[in-house]
Amino acid sequence: MKKILLATAALAFSASFAIGGETIRMGTEGAYPPYNFINDAGEVDGFERELGDELCKRANLTCTWVTNDWDSIIPNLVSGNYDTIIAGMSITPERDEVIDFTQPYLPPDPSAYMALSKDVDVKNGVIAAQTGTIQANYVAQSGATVVEFATADETVAAVKNGEADAVLADKSYLAPIVAESNGEFVFVGDDVAIGGGVGMGLRESDTELKEKFNAAISSMKEDGSLRKLTKKWFGEDANSF
Amino acid sequence: MFSFCTDPQSLEGTQWLACYLTTGKHLAFYRSFGTVLLLLAVTAPVALLFGFLAAMAARARLAPLRWLGKGYMAVVRGVPDIAFFLFFVIALDQAIEWIRHKILCPDWQGPVYQGNDFVVCPAAKMPLSSAPQWVHDAYSFSLAVFTFAIVFGAFAGNVLFGAMRAVPRAQMETAEAYGMSRRQAFWRILVPQMWVYALPGLGNLWMILIKATPLLFLLGIRDIVYYAKELGGMKTQAFAYPHPDWRLWYFLALLVFYLAFTKVSQIALDRLMKRLTRGQATLGGQSGGAMS
Repeated sequence: MKKILLATAALAFSASFAIGGETIRMGTEGAYPPYNFINDAGEVDGFERELGDELCKRANLTCTWVTNDWDSIIPNLVSGNYDTIIAGMSITPERDEVIDFTQPYLPPDPSAYMALSKDVDVKNGVIAAQTGTIQANYVAQSGATVVEFATADETVAAVKNGEADAVLADKSYLAPIVAESNGEFVFVGDDVAIGGGVGMGLRESDTELKEKFNAAISSMKEDGSLRKLTKKWFGEDANSF
Repeated sequence: MFSFCTDPQSLEGTQWLACYLTTGKHLAFYRSFGTVLLLLAVTAPVALLFGFLAAMAARARLAPLRWLGKGYMAVVRGVPDIAFFLFFVIALDQAIEWIRHKILCPDWQGPVYQGNDFVVCPAAKMPLSSAPQWVHDAYSFSLAVFTFAIVFGAFAGNVLFGAMRAVPRAQMETAEAYGMSRRQAFWRILVPQMWVYALPGLGNLWMILIKATPLLFLLGIRDIVYYAKELGGMKTQAFAYPHPDWRLWYFLALLVFYLAFTKVSQIALDRLMKRLTRGQATLGGQSGGAMS
């Protein structure tokens, strides 16, 4: 089996970039600020837009941006609608079985519960989470009742409407919402450490592209530009490489 | 858009609203109404054509043709629209790429299915990865139109099949008595008369088609539902125009749009019915009013 895998990998390696000057289609969700979002001009914006453009520049690739629902972001990658996922996706063993990841470009970021009041019981209450995220998985195992939504925005709306007691999401996503809510939203309970850092997702057969992006990420880590970019979008205290 | 929009942070009241409603994203939202109308304008005639062909096939004397027509109507009508949409579009897309792959890259060595991956040679991609975004949009839009036409064609086929049978038998017998061939009688007597029987059913279908257009959103096409959701969602300071959750208002606008559109359609259909039934021995024709 391993031999077959190696053989196909070698084949893909030799053949997939036979035609030069290929355009890489970068797939993102466009609904998870500050990671990625559609700005008011209707274009993909955010940390991952800047990061992706820089990585493409360093890897000498022409890149275009495509948005896709979070739900179907992995199926549409493997069926070839775009070539990468760069959408704040945590590297997990389950996802790694289906697709490949580059090295992480963000260290593991804690997740946090956000609610309307401090005394919400996050262990037994109703917790909103986005479908197919590590947070949804975590809540399901924690014993609380999980209600899932297609977008992160809807999970926050669910807490506001009282549909859920709290929402569990990446703390860096929730932080601006808490900060700008004038005290309406608060963080509850302890942060939860889940996920293994955020990386770019690629088809398992795309080994050469993966190496190109790995090299570009390494170079951004070495010269400190990744740290600068992380701090620009996530604040001075953000974990970064 | 306006000259005073350069610094959204400093704006207030109507100026803020004027700038907010004319952002690039909002303009794209307004354009997406055109997408929906275009979809309807293209899909309706194509679906009608599919339906007509299906109804003709279902009436054919040749048994395999008859099975084909009836099978198409039964299968597509029996499968939920959403399931059909999700399955058919992916299958069609992969089939097109697979065929192109076989033709354009005969020397390609790797398998097309590698584990979970569907890998075709870069030249077989449809559209090519290097194609501009509008080509990708146009391609997925065409896939959507084709899928809509297949689904609604099956329903239209069933309506037309019934309408053809509703034309009084005596009309056809008279045509035969005049020496018309089967083909002549079909085109000269049956088809012109069946529309009046088909119209209520087709009108219904048109209404359902209008209401089914949000399925575009499901296919990843940026239609009005996509933009309403996207624009209405809560916006933090990362955006130029931060605002709380306004989805209610955006969806209300969609509701008004759909209601107005179906109302206009109903009026147009009523008028058409009146015209078609003028002087005919049907309920509508005799009373001079529209069939309701």
